[in-house]
Order: sequence, then structure tokens, then C-alpha cells
Amino acid sequence: MELRSNEPTGPIETRWERHRFNMKLVNPANKRKFNVIVVGSGLAGGAAAATLGELGYNVQCFCYQDSPRRAHSIAAQGGINSAKNYQNDGDSVFRLFYDTIKGGDFRARESNVYRLAEVSVNIIDQCAAQGVPFAREYGGLLANRSFGGAQVSRTFYARGQTGQQLLLGAYQALARQIEAGTVEMHSRTEMLELIMIDGVAKGVVTRNLVTGEINPHLADCVVLATGGYGNVFYLSTNAKGCNVTAAWRAHRHGALFANPCYTQIHPTCIPVAGDYQSKLTLMSESLRNDGRVWVPKNVDDCTKDPSTIAESDRDYYLERRYPAFGNLVPRDIASRAAKAVCDEGRGVGPAVGDQRRGVYLDFADSIQRLGEDMIRERYGNLFEMYERITGENPYKVPMRIYPATHYTMGGLWVDYNLMTTVPGLFAGGEANFSDHGANRLGASALMQGLSDGYFVLPYTVGNYLAGVSPHQITEDHPEVRGAVEGVNERLNKLMSAPSPSRTVDSFHRELGQIIWDHCGMSRNADGLKGALARIPALREEFWQSVRVPGSGADLNQSLEKAGRVADLLELGELMCHDALNRDESAGCHFREEHRTDEGEAKRNDEEYSYAAAWEYTGDPSKPTLHKEQLTFENVTPSQRSYK
Amino acid sequence: MSNLNLTLHVWRQNSPHEKGGFVRYEATDITTHMSFLEMLDVVNERLIESGELPISFDHDCREGICGACGMVINGAPHGPQKATTTCQLHMRQFKDGDEVWIEPWRAGAFPVVKDLVVDRSSFDRIIQSGGHIGARTGSAPDANEILIPKGQCDEAMDAAACIGCGACVAACPNASASLFTAAKVSHLGLMPQGQPERNDRVRNMVSQHDAEGFGSCTNHGECETACPKGISVNFIARMNRDLLKAAITAPNELTERTKP
Repeated sequence: MELRSNEPTGPIETRWERHRFNMKLVNPANKRKFNVIVVGSGLAGGAAAATLGELGYNVQCFCYQDSPRRAHSIAAQGGINSAKNYQNDGDSVFRLFYDTIKGGDFRARESNVYRLAEVSVNIIDQCAAQGVPFAREYGGLLANRSFGGAQVSRTFYARGQTGQQLLLGAYQALARQIEAGTVEMHSRTEMLELIMIDGVAKGVVTRNLVTGEINPHLADCVVLATGGYGNVFYLSTNAKGCNVTAAWRAHRHGALFANPCYTQIHPTCIPVAGDYQSKLTLMSESLRNDGRVWVPKNVDDCTKDPSTIAESDRDYYLERRYPAFGNLVPRDIASRAAKAVCDEGRGVGPAVGDQRRGVYLDFADSIQRLGEDMIRERYGNLFEMYERITGENPYKVPMRIYPATHYTMGGLWVDYNLMTTVPGLFAGGEANFSDHGANRLGASALMQGLSDGYFVLPYTVGNYLAGVSPHQITEDHPEVRGAVEGVNERLNKLMSAPSPSRTVDSFHRELGQIIWDHCGMSRNADGLKGALARIPALREEFWQSVRVPGSGADLNQSLEKAGRVADLLELGELMCHDALNRDESAGCHFREEHRTDEGEAKRNDEEYSYAAAWEYTGDPSKPTLHKEQLTFENVTPSQRSYK
Repeated sequence: MSNLNLTLHVWRQNSPHEKGGFVRYEATDITTHMSFLEMLDVVNERLIESGELPISFDHDCREGICGACGMVINGAPHGPQKATTTCQLHMRQFKDGDEVWIEPWRAGAFPVVKDLVVDRSSFDRIIQSGGHIGARTGSAPDANEILIPKGQCDEAMDAAACIGCGACVAACPNASASLFTAAKVSHLGLMPQGQPERNDRVRNMVSQHDAEGFGSCTNHGECETACPKGISVNFIARMNRDLLKAAITAPNELTERTKP
């Protein structure tokens, strides 16, 4: 299979403009004859559904939550980047493009990233027009803040709830189209299968999560905006419902899955407190501006009250190892350093299993220097949240933090039009692999979701539809019936394992532990090979002994989880295959065998300057690799250094 | 850290049309570091292992922002801790031996789906009726062309912080969704971008609110106390002023809602 990116050539500054002109249009009178399915209602899905509805297409939108307003985009805190250059500090579309390519460690496609930077400007205009209450200066202008990986101030924000406000903007636009009758919304409805007719995506099979009904929905094309797969780790900052099922079903029908090993770990999360833990909570990285990270020098001190540990017995390991950046080194470096000290047995906090996984983030010096009031003014709400969750007062006792998974750069392979390798199947937002390469910069996830949803998919979907005729397929088509039967069979199988004895969560936890240990913050060939041996065995055991109580004919949350975990058990294995294949370190993918003399990630551009796109072969243990070579015409790959 | 043994009385109801009732469960050996939902996870794992049906409850982000979770705990929506969603409530708020009564949101406009899960689609319909600004994609002027005083924008943000969980309805003796509706009316009504549709918005949204079967506001203020985001009842007063102004203004035929 040849992977064709279908990107325009020529000057990068005009590629999107020329491409838009070259795309075909659908006559306004014909738009209503086309049906478009959008799965997911977050920033990418909600924005795409609303905009496509506004253009006049018949849109059906699906989400598993009880309302489209609850998609997990809502949880993003920090902000959204845009090359507005409102601060007059030297920002430009090219600079945002450059920062994103470099931040992604030179593993993303230049054309897509440039377009992202270009439309970032329109996103802010669009959101402001919708009434998103972005932070303002006293003069009434929009305010900006700085974020990691950039030397300009280009991040727009709405307190610590930027994702919420942007999502509500998209949700309101969607609600307007639902009211206008152009979008039909299906909440509490989960896509469980893709319908393929003659090799083209023509619909989805869904389960109504309240009634258990299995229904086919037919359309002229399908857009997946179903988020990332971070829940493969079980513990992550994702919502509990986040899953890979929609993308994985598409993958099993021929959509290649790209760079699954690129998963991002956030360094400042509240550590695991016990084996009952269900999710991890992220704390803003801004805390590292005033907090000092340390662990005891001696393993014996790890169980002591931190206030009794003498200054000389503390190891401020980030300041020691990275004197120039200190506590402000980038996310991946801070995360790996925390893991290293905990692996040495110097972690703090409660032991979970046989290890203490936590490091101190200590504000004592800052409180002494600036006063408690100043610290409260800067971080008051974060300190409150920390205390609510841990029961400890961070003004008196050092915070404990540990890294956690929170974003996945990998996803369905898409071309410049955001179409997967399945004709008629598009993927937007975190569900695709498109823009962040091997590492995403802060405040860029919201930007990409809205870029895809508002400004890219509405054009490229139209271009695709202009080349096809409205479908004439009915629900009694053999492929449609077959897809529905397949879903029913799979659900029955999940509910009738031969020797049901283990809960779904117990399998999910075990999978998460394997992935975290061997395909998490750092990876090596031996560990990955071990994981590749264990995951198929766990999957086999799952299908033999998963215990799903209740029936499929009503709300059954165990059954929902079981289907999602079954797919994560296949995706997890692909992640390890990808991580083993990528015999270099790049961005968040840190192979212990490949580090610089200073211990940092070392790329191998000669051999690995490609996107790894995996094909499903029928056996999850034997995926086939396809490569999209990446070329850099506008930015020269260089080595990152933060010493 | 000592563990807790609690007695739970949980509302179990198979479907909207079947009768529900409280079922007693012993939640033993619960650590104080668990969140309330993690405590229910533990109870559910034990129920599944013993062959019983687990308790259904809505939840998703578990960080207090998506608004999916919500249950009445010992008579208080989201439980005893102020400005805290159920998912952020931790078991250290309880004592060993406590009895804990857990119910779904109770309101005619929130029919029970199963156990603690209710149908809040009425909220979506209120937003659909007018809780938006007609800003077609691609038609926006430069974002800095419209200046908004910081204080005004901050106030809009205070209202926009609503997570749509429904605690205000559960807390209200009249099962009114006035705080929810007022939050959206005020968020958009405070922004310059929201002015052209302001009168019709408030008329349409209040009329949909009433059509869904939510009660009227009689100024109890329970909603503000229960709100996990601390949304002020002042927004209800603001909505009522807007409604009064809209009532004496001729309807705009172009944006007045024609469908019920």
C-alpha cells in the first residue's frame, strides 16, 4: 500500500489556500441530499457537526455521554495557541509552525502543521464571536499567557477552564443546528462498528446505551472525532469513558493506525494513592515556576515526615541535573527524571504495590521569599484542589506529584484532507495522528481540535462528497445486516465468557500496568518484548473469563466497559509493536538504548524520519508496517537541548 | 489512616417505569483517600464478584468539570462538602460507622433512567431553544475588534462556569432549573456578541424551561448552596430583569422561535 499524503506542493505559505481553491464544491441545493455521520462531540466533532450542518448537509452526530457538552475536551485547563501576535512580541504563523514542528521532534508532516498554524488565527475570531469569555485586559483587549516550548506569549485562555469554554462554544453552535434541524443528535449512543460497502465507509452501527438497541446508520461519509487512547494505561487524566473503540473498529476495516507509541506524559499530576485509584488528576504545570522538586537522598528517609529531613539530605535532582532550566525543564524530561528517582527507591508518599511513586514539589522557599499570600494569589485554586483530593495542606506540607498519561499523539493515519486510508472515512482531533509528531506542545490540543472541526473538515468533506452520488443503500443490504449481526455476536460473546470469573476493571488495570511499565515514560527492547508476550495472553484470558453481569437490553455500564477494554487489549499490543520498531528516541518516545551522552532522547533521522502506519492483518499480533517518509523543506531538524 | 465501615442505602431502580427503592449495602474497609465514586467502584466490584448487578451512576471526567456525575448524598446534592462535585468528594468527609443515603436527582423533568442515572436531556433542549449566538463559522470579525471591559467579561465567565450537572434542580423545592437557565442567559447576555438575540433568547429559553416541567423560582436560594461551581442566584434576578425587558419589547420576527 502506498501512503499518499495528497498534500499540495510549492510554497508552504499558500498550500492551503491553493488547495481550497482546487477542491470541488457541492451545489447548495445538493448539500441536503448528502448525509454525514460525525462520531464524537468534543472540539473536533462538535465543531465539525455544527459547521457541516450550517453548510446544509444532513448531519447525524453521536456521543456516548448523556450530552454533547460533556466530551472530554471540557477538561483542558491551560489555553489555546494562536499566532495572532496581539502582544507584538514577534509571533507569526511561521513561528507557530516552526515551534510545533520542533516541539514534535521533527516527526510531523510540514503541510498539515503549517495549515494548523494558519487557521489558528481564525479559531480565536470564531470563538470570540460565539461569546467565549476569553480573559481580557483592562482595556478590553484579549489577554495572553506564555506556555512551554515557545518564546512568545500566544496562549488565549478562560481562567483555568479554557477547554470548557471552547467546548461550550462548539456545543452551543451544535445546539443551534439541532434546533434548526440540520443536525440530529444521538446522545448516550456508542459507535460499535463501521459499515463498509464496496471498500467505502458508508455508516456506523451503534448501541443505544439506555435501551441496548443496536442500529445501523447510513451516510455518504463518516467522520471520527473520538479522541485519544490514553485510557490504555487504565490510569490517566482522561475521562473514564474515553476509549479507542471507534478508531479501532475503523482500523480493523483497513484504516491504518499511525505512531501509536507516541503518548504524552504530564509531569505534574497527583500521585496514585491506592490500588482502588480510578483516575489521575492533573495539576497545572505553572506550579513548577515556584515549587522545587526533590526526593530524599537516602532511601531510609522516604517514609519520614519531610519537615524532619535536613536540607543536606535532600536531592533537588532537577536543579542538580539541569542547572540551566532547573525545575522548568520540558514535560518529558521532568517526567523521566521523576521515574528514575522512584525506580531507585527514593519515591515518597504511600506505597502502592511495592513502590512509592511520588516526588515532592515544595513551596516552602517561595512562601518564605514571597509570603503565603502571594503564593495563594498565584495558585490558590490549585492548592485547594490538591487539599480536597489528598487531605494535605500544601502551604504546610510539600505537595507530592508524579507523572501521568494525558494525551496521545498517535491515531488514525490521515492525508492532508484528514481522510484515512478508508475512502469516505475521516478522522479529526486527537483521534488522528496528524499534527503533533512525537510530542505535543501545551495549548495545542484545543487548537488542533477546533482547526480540524471548524476549518478543515467542512472543506475536505465537501470535496469528497462532490465526487460521489448520494447513497441508495438500505438497511437490508447484506453488508449492513452483516455489520449489525457482527455487533450482536460480539456483545453476546462478551456477556457469555466460558468461565466468567474476573471483572472488566481487573483486566483493564492489568493491561494498564503492563503498558505503563514497558511502554510508558521510557521503553527498552527487552521490556517491550516481554509486554508483547503478555498482552496476547491477557487478551485470551479476557475472552475466556471476563465477567459481565446483567443484560444487553438496558443500561449496562459493565458491558460498555468490556467492549472498550477488548479493543484496548488489541491497541496496547500495537503500541508495543510500534515502540519496538521505532529503534530511536523521539519526543515522548524514549528508548533507553538511544540517548545522548547527556542522557537525553536521541533521534535517528537517517532511518526513522517517517510516520509508522500500521495495517491490521486479521491477527492483532501480526500488524504490517507502512511508512510515510517525512520531508522537511522549511525547517531543518536539529537536536533539542535544555541543559 | 484508619479505614471506614459504612452502611449505604442506595436507590435502585431498574428502569424509568419500574418502582425503585433503597437497598442496603455494607461498604467495608473503605480508605479515607478514596473519592466517593471510587468507594462506589469498590462496592460495585464486590457486587459483580458476588454475582449481583452493580449500581449504575453517571460519571466521566472525575475532575469536577464535565458535569456528568451527581447524586443526592444524605439529602444534599453532591454531598456535604461545599463547592464540590460528587467525583471530587473524598471519603475523609465521612466517619466510621456513618449511614449514607444515596439518591438520584429527583425532578419530574429528570426522569430516572436506572438507579442513580437520570435523563437530563431537558437541559440540552433549553440550550437548543436559544442558548447560543448565531455566529456562522468563518464569518467572524477579528477577535480584538470587539472590546469587552474586563469586569464585564469576568462576570460573564462567572456565569459560563456552569457545568450543567443539575444539582440546582435537585436542591430546589420547586425543582426549578432557573439557576441553570439564568447562567446561560447571563453569560451570553453580558457579552456584546450576545446582544442582537438577547430578548428572544431569554423568552425562548424561559419558555422551554417551563415546557420541560421545571418549577418556578421562589427565591429559596438552595440552588446556589448546592452549586458545585458557586454560581450566584443574582443571575436569576438578572434573567428575570431581562425577561421583563424582553416582554415589553416587540418580538423580533426573524429570530423569534417558531417551533415549541
